[in-house]
Amino acid sequence: MSYLKPDFRHPDLPINDLGYTKKNYEGTISTLCAGCGHDSISGAIVQAIFELSIPPHSVAKMSGIGCSSKTPSYFLGDSHGFNSVHGRMPSVATGANMANREMIYIGVSGDGDTASIGMGQFTHAVRRNLNMMYIVENNGCYGLTKGQDSATSDVGSASKKGEPNPFEPIDLASVALQLGATFVARSFSGDKKQLIPLIKAAISHQGFAFIDIISPCVTFNNTAKSTKGYEYIREHLAATGTVDFVPMKEEITTSYSAGHSQEVTMHDGSVVHLHKADDRLDIHSSRSALGLIKDYRAQDKVLTGLLYLDPDSQELHESIGTTSRPLRALSENDLCPGSRTLKTINDSFR
Amino acid sequence: MSQTIKKEKVRIESVNDLVVKFANVNGTGSASANNLFAKAVFRMGLSVSPKNIFPSNIQGLPTWYEVRVNDKGYLGRRDGVDIMVSVNPQSMAQDIQEVSSGGYFIYDNTRPLDIRLARNDISLIGLPLTQICLDEYKDPRQRQLFKNVIYVGALAALIDIEFDVLTSLVADQFQGKEKLIVPNVHALELGFQYVKENYSCPLPVRIERRDNLGEKLLIDGNTACGLGAIYGGATVAGWYPITPSTSVIEAFEKYCKRLRIDPGSGKKKYAIVQAEDELAAIGMVIGASWNGARAFTATSGPGISLMSEFLGLAYFAEIPTVLIDVQRSGPSTGMPTRTQQSDVLACAYASHGDTKHVLVFPSTPKECFEMTAQAFDLAEQLQTPVIMLTDLDLGMNDTMSDPFQWDDDREYKRGKVLSSDDLENMSERFGRYLDVDDDGITYRTYPGTHPTKGSFFTRGTSRDEYAVYTEDGSKYAENMDRLLKKWETGKHYVPAPEIIIAGDGSKIGIIHFGTSMDPTLEAIDYLADEGTVVDSCRIKAFPFNQEVEDFVAQHDTVFVIEQNRDAQMRALLVNECDIDPKHLKKILNFDGMPITARFIQAKVNSYIKNDNVTPLRRKHGQKGMS
Repeated sequence: MSYLKPDFRHPDLPINDLGYTKKNYEGTISTLCAGCGHDSISGAIVQAIFELSIPPHSVAKMSGIGCSSKTPSYFLGDSHGFNSVHGRMPSVATGANMANREMIYIGVSGDGDTASIGMGQFTHAVRRNLNMMYIVENNGCYGLTKGQDSATSDVGSASKKGEPNPFEPIDLASVALQLGATFVARSFSGDKKQLIPLIKAAISHQGFAFIDIISPCVTFNNTAKSTKGYEYIREHLAATGTVDFVPMKEEITTSYSAGHSQEVTMHDGSVVHLHKADDRLDIHSSRSALGLIKDYRAQDKVLTGLLYLDPDSQELHESIGTTSRPLRALSENDLCPGSRTLKTINDSFR
Repeated sequence: MSQTIKKEKVRIESVNDLVVKFANVNGTGSASANNLFAKAVFRMGLSVSPKNIFPSNIQGLPTWYEVRVNDKGYLGRRDGVDIMVSVNPQSMAQDIQEVSSGGYFIYDNTRPLDIRLARNDISLIGLPLTQICLDEYKDPRQRQLFKNVIYVGALAALIDIEFDVLTSLVADQFQGKEKLIVPNVHALELGFQYVKENYSCPLPVRIERRDNLGEKLLIDGNTACGLGAIYGGATVAGWYPITPSTSVIEAFEKYCKRLRIDPGSGKKKYAIVQAEDELAAIGMVIGASWNGARAFTATSGPGISLMSEFLGLAYFAEIPTVLIDVQRSGPSTGMPTRTQQSDVLACAYASHGDTKHVLVFPSTPKECFEMTAQAFDLAEQLQTPVIMLTDLDLGMNDTMSDPFQWDDDREYKRGKVLSSDDLENMSERFGRYLDVDDDGITYRTYPGTHPTKGSFFTRGTSRDEYAVYTEDGSKYAENMDRLLKKWETGKHYVPAPEIIIAGDGSKIGIIHFGTSMDPTLEAIDYLADEGTVVDSCRIKAFPFNQEVEDFVAQHDTVFVIEQNRDAQMRALLVNECDIDPKHLKKILNFDGMPITARFIQAKVNSYIKNDNVTPLRRKHGQKGMS
């Protein structure tokens, strides 16, 4: 890792609709190991949010504990961030979202933080369809405690310690689909071309947008016998197709061949174009996604890309019917019923 | 049938000083009938303190409802049952034993009483409840429900409750369901008439209208907390069901539905999320508070254990967090439907590492209301968790209270929060943990306030004044010291104790808190009657204010009244105020039932007798109590 982040940026850096360059979306320098997949994901998040011209301060970055959960420091320095406790980010994100529905919530978690200690909270955030993007930076091991197997580690996969993992993995994308998640994708930290449009679509999605991102741990789980190492993943990747994300205000210019492509209009008017590599995928059917994940897995393939999207998703605020004004913006006048009402209430207890 | 009460028996005689206990089967609808009884007594202007003694069960197990009535204003529990209303064959053997000698046992004599249970020293009053219901009602559910109403009618005749009071209560209760009024009044009459025709009424134990309650309310503490959260401006509640705290959130929701719906859109100006567990409940509160909303949760002991890690985060990351702990008997699942004050230490120091949390201790429903509203101010001013410690006794029992008040000029104290303009006009670098005002309280910003200024990374890891991660030990220690400084500042914010000095320079003091208040003050009256003068100090908050320390210093012997085994408040006083443990004597009740005045009186007297405590004696009849 480097210890200093150069201040210099190319004077002709591209600017977005807000007049910001990518520098406005960067965070502090990463303290993760050189080559860590997580840093690529941070880079993809920066790129996606920059391209979407989202003001950084309208984003809240939420995380739990672990290498993955440190990363919100490394992007969007002008956003507030909250590095909470291990496995409990979903509840903190839920509270934050209830307080202010107008912000964009990005949750970054890891496979330990989500599939083990945080499994309960993860499932309930999915169930409530909390409006957030929830990323798992999945490396199949516990990095910060030096390489123990995690619950997403495949049977027989061996990390640097050399012991093959004896247990079945928890496939988080399948879990999310079974729980009724309204946006499910899988990607690979090394595939920015796929990851950036997925992040954009996830952010535009109204509801819980889950992306399971295989993100190799270069230090502890990048061995020849690991199924979450760079080499293995590159050799076993299979994509559902290519994804193009067209923001609401842009005109759709590309055309796709019929039969292989599907177009999904998002809640905010943005459009996701999916150019399918496998015709069996029906992007609106979680059953189709679950089946394909299994099929590919049976062939030792890791299926990536957009797996499922519910365009009619109803997020938590809609389900419980909160007012459109953020709750935190309500003043005493909006909230306190006053002394006259209290007198009536008193009377009802006599 | 010979149902006349034998006159040769010694019978308890009293006016406006009695305990009536109802022995029921839970899930049979007895609660609302028993409530009707308590409220009728209340409407006759008498002090009433009903206690629900219920099982952790929904249907079929014994449950009791014990009502103390008096006209001296005493609200604590009193030992001894003057009248037992026995409606549960399961517990009859135990119930009849519990009646005080000279007392009265009202039972269903549709079948004769088991001769082995009979006692010669009490009066048996047979009331053929089952038979009356069989004759009157066809529907089995009605037979069960009206049985309860019938015994209330009978009791009214026996102790002289005005029948009009009952009928007006029934009318109030069934407002909007008017067709239920007539059958309920009829059931009351059935019991009333039966007793009038078969017994000489009233009994020597009876009540008389007093009308000395003024503006008093009869309300449970949990409802008061829910209302306090409404008035305090809470918008987000994350919670997990647990007895005895559940009704806090239920009350909050009930009043939200009435008072917090946006008239234009019909949308809610609140969000209540039933969490997957207590960890998530407190996590939601922390997330919402971090993002600028007023948020709270309510739980009980097991929830406190689960929330401890998050409480440490909120303490260290300095996030306002309001938590209402309605205590029950621990440890573990303990006696989940019995009361205790046994979470004091668990709350005071919740979480690993060096942590201390602000605690407030309400003693009445009015204080539940006020302190809940105030807890939001305290939490935001001090940027830390504030835990309100109430208990099952106050939380779930209807308790007499002064009316709730709200000053319309009152403004929420949101603490040190920088606005967008504040940030815009700031030339120096914003430091989230920079002690600018030298009071240990630093400035916070809500997420999204300003495009380029005021953002920071909230974390449970050590950091410097600018919220930047650091493992520099001196920076860590500086921060921990500043948190202590904030704690000292907090002493000026939290509610002061209520100190009652009897006026003669007594060297004996009593410290009490929460629901020990009523029995303690009653015990002090009894001690005064015996000539023993005692001062008292009711602790309302932790950190302890200077007045608490002064009170201890001014008295040679201080009794600490608590409803737990380990004298937790005493331990906290010894630990935090550097007091010689010998100075503080324990008076502890922890059987799950509310402590009584007679228990306290006896314990104080026992200390006086055995421990060479020399009380200040006053001449008989010379009372100095305020």
